[in-house]
Amino acid sequence: MNTLIFLIPIALFLGGLGLAAFLWSLKSGQYDDVEGAAWRVLDDGDDRPGP
Amino acid sequence: MSCCAPGTEGAVEAERASHALPSSEELMLASRSVGEGLRQSDLSVPGVHCGTCITTVEGALNALPAVERARVNLSTRRVSVVWKEAVDGRQTDPQTIAAAIKATGYDAHLFSLAVEGDDRLRNQLIRAVAVAGFAATNIMLLSVSVWSGAEDATRDLFHWISAFIAGPTLIYAGRFFYQSAWNAVRHGRTNMDVPIALAITLSYAVSLWETLHSAEHAWFDATVSLLFFLLIGRTLDHVMRDRARSAITGLARLSPRGAMVVRPDGSRDYRPVEDIAIGEHLSIAAGERIPVDCRVLSGASDVDRSIVNGESDPLSAGPGTRLEAGAMNLTGSLTVEAVATARDSFLSEVIGLMEAAEGGRARYRRIADRAAQIYSPAVHVLALASFLGWGFYDGDWKHAMLVAIAVLIITCPCALGLAVPVVQVVAAGRLFAGGVMVKDGSAMERLAEIDTAVFDKTGTLTLGKPRLVDRDRVNRAHLALAAALAGHSRHPLSMALVEANAGPVPIIGAVSEVAGGGLEVTTPQGVLRLGNRAFAGGRTEAGGEEHGLSEVVLSRDGAVLETFRFEDALRTGAFEAISSLRQDGVEMAILSGDRAPAVARIAGLLGIGRWRAGLSPREKTESVAERSADGHRVLMVGDGINDAPALAAAHVSIAPASAADVGRQAADFVFLHESLEAVPFAYETARRAGRLIRQNFALAIGYNVIAVPIAILGHATPLIAAIAMSTSSIIVVVNSLRLRGRLPAFAARAADEARPVKPLVQAA
Repeated sequence: MNTLIFLIPIALFLGGLGLAAFLWSLKSGQYDDVEGAAWRVLDDGDDRPGP
Repeated sequence: MSCCAPGTEGAVEAERASHALPSSEELMLASRSVGEGLRQSDLSVPGVHCGTCITTVEGALNALPAVERARVNLSTRRVSVVWKEAVDGRQTDPQTIAAAIKATGYDAHLFSLAVEGDDRLRNQLIRAVAVAGFAATNIMLLSVSVWSGAEDATRDLFHWISAFIAGPTLIYAGRFFYQSAWNAVRHGRTNMDVPIALAITLSYAVSLWETLHSAEHAWFDATVSLLFFLLIGRTLDHVMRDRARSAITGLARLSPRGAMVVRPDGSRDYRPVEDIAIGEHLSIAAGERIPVDCRVLSGASDVDRSIVNGESDPLSAGPGTRLEAGAMNLTGSLTVEAVATARDSFLSEVIGLMEAAEGGRARYRRIADRAAQIYSPAVHVLALASFLGWGFYDGDWKHAMLVAIAVLIITCPCALGLAVPVVQVVAAGRLFAGGVMVKDGSAMERLAEIDTAVFDKTGTLTLGKPRLVDRDRVNRAHLALAAALAGHSRHPLSMALVEANAGPVPIIGAVSEVAGGGLEVTTPQGVLRLGNRAFAGGRTEAGGEEHGLSEVVLSRDGAVLETFRFEDALRTGAFEAISSLRQDGVEMAILSGDRAPAVARIAGLLGIGRWRAGLSPREKTESVAERSADGHRVLMVGDGINDAPALAAAHVSIAPASAADVGRQAADFVFLHESLEAVPFAYETARRAGRLIRQNFALAIGYNVIAVPIAILGHATPLIAAIAMSTSSIIVVVNSLRLRGRLPAFAARAADEARPVKPLVQAA
C-alpha cells in the first residue's frame, strides 16, 4: 500500500510526459510531411535539421 | 524504379497539366509578406514523389541568391519558398523561382489557399484523441487492479484517481460530441452524438456517485475508452476528407488570378480579376485564359471554348466576338473590352445555377444518421423501461438507476460509431491508390445507390484533344510537310498533326500564322497553306460537317494536296467503363454542349442510345433534375464549366482531374488517371463499402442482442462492459479491413506509367 504513494504519481507522470511529448511534436509540425520525412532520413547531404 | 512510393500517380497528372509558368504578377499577388523584407510563396508541385525529387527541387531553389529557404512537403506535394524582396538593391522577380523549379523538370503552379481552418480542426481532433488515449490507458490500468481484487481504501483511491483523470478528459475530448449533440437537440433532431453525450455524462455522474459512497463498481474506464474509440472514428473521417481536399486544391488552376489592363494612355497594369471594371481594355496573350466576359476589340485568334460549353472545335475570334470567362486563347493576342465584372461573368452565373441545384444533395441523410434516428430512441426507451421495470419490481430505485445506466453504456454505439468511418477510410485509401479522390464519406454512400449514369462528351468520354483519322491512308510526304507547317502553331489541330507525324520534318522558310485561318509559307515550289478549306483555297464542300469530324486542308498555290480529318479521341478505358457499367445494370446517357453530329458519332461508338446535343448549362441541369424527379439516382460525370451545375444537381458526381476548377469543386469524386475505368472502379468500391457497412451494423446489433439482456437483468459489471465493448469494436475494424485488396489492372498500369521518371530524365 505504501509503495502506491510513489508508484501512482510516477506512472501518471511518465504517461503525462509521453502525452506532452506527443502534443509538442504535433505542434512543432513534425507530422506535416510524414512521407517526406521518410525520404529525408536517407539523404546524405543534409546532416543538419531543416530550417 | 523502386524509389517510388504508392501514390506516384500524381506524376501522370503533372504531365497532363503541364502548362506555362504563372506570371510574375500572379506570383506576386499570391505571395505573402513574412516581415523583414521576406515574402513567402507556396507552390503546388504535383510531380514530386520521392527523395531525389526533394533534393533536386530544394537544391535548385536554394542555389538562387534571392531564396532564403525552401522546403518541399511530399505529403501535400507542395513547396514553400521564403524569398527576399530585393537582393543588392534589385527587385526580385518571383517568376525566377517558378522557372528554377520548371528547369528541374517539375511543373509548378499556384493553388488557392482557402482551407486553413480545417487544418486547425484536424489538429484539435488529434490532440483530443491523444488526451483520451492517455486517460483511457491510465484508467484501464487502475481498473484492472480493481478487477483483480483491490479492496476497501485501495479501491476507493483508484476510483478517485480515475475520476480526476476522467473529468477533465470528458470536458476536453468530449466537447466535439457535446457541441454536435446540443446542435441537434436545439433544432429538435437527434443524431448519433445524442446517445453518446448522454451515456458518457450519465455514466460519469453515476460512477462519481458510487465512488463517493465507496461502492464496488465504477464505470470510468468504460466512459473514457468509449470516448477514445469514438474520437478515433471521428478523426479518421476528418483526415480522409482533408487528404482528398489537399490533393484536389493541388491541381492546376484554370481560372486566371489577374489580367493585364491597358489604360487609355497606353500604360499597362496587372490587376486581380476582381478589380476589373466594365469597359476596361485588357490585353490577352496567346496561351492565356480569358479572365472576364468580354468583347474582342482588335486582333484575331482561335479560342478553345471546350471547357466553357463543350464545343470541341475552336472558335475563330475577331473584332466583335463575345468571349466567356474561362475560355483559352490559343493562337493570337487579343485586345478586348470587359463587358462584365468577374462577379457577373459567365462563371458566376454557373455558380449561381450550382447553388440553386444543390438542394437535393443537402437533403441526403448519412447512413449513420439514419441508423441513429432508429437507434437512439430505441436505446433511450430501453433504458427507461429497465429503470421503471426494476423500480416497480423491487422498489430499489438506486439499483434501477444503475441498471438503466448499464444499459445505456452497453448499448452505446461504440461499434456503430466505428462501423461507418473505418469502412469509408479503408475504401477511400483504396480509391486513392487507384487515383480517385473522394470528397467525403456521404459521397460514397450516394454512389452505391445510383441507377443512371450521365456523361458529358468533350473532355469526359473524349479527351477533348483531336487525333488524325486514317493516318495510314494519307500521303507520308504531305503529312511531313503539314507537320513542318503545323509545328509553328499552338492550335490543337496543328499539335495533333505534329504528333501524328512519325518521320523527319522537311525544313521550310518563315511560316506566318493567319489567326482564324491557318498557316502560310512561301517556298520555291509555291505558296503552301495549311488551314480551313476557305483559307487554303479549296471550295467549301457542302455538308462537310455532317460526319462530325474536323478537317484541315493542305494546299499548294490554291490546289488541294491533302485533306486531314480529325476525330476527338475517346478517353482510354471508355469502352471498358461503359460495358462494365452496363453489366451492372446502370442506364446511360450523354448530355453534351457540342454539335449533334459529333455527339452522335461518340454515342454510336460507345453504343449509348440516349443522347442530347447543344445543351446550355441550364438545360443540362434541368435534364439531370428531371431524371431525379422520376425517382432515378443519377451519377453525373463531367468536366467543363458548363457541367458544374449538373454535377451539383446530380445525386453524386465524378470529374476528371483535367476538369475546370468549378467542376472539380462541384464533383464528389475526382479521378487523376486518364482512364475512364476509374468510374466503374469507384462504383464497385462504393458498393462493396456499402455492403461492409451493413455487415458492420449487423455485427454491432448482434452484439447488442447478446449484451443488452445481460445488462437489463442487472448482471453487467464494468468488466463485462469493457470486454464486450472492445471485442465488438475490434470485430468491426477487422471486418472493415477486408475491403483492401488488389487494385484493378488500370490503376496498376497507370501507376507503372507514372514511374518512367520523366522529371528525373529531364533534370539529368
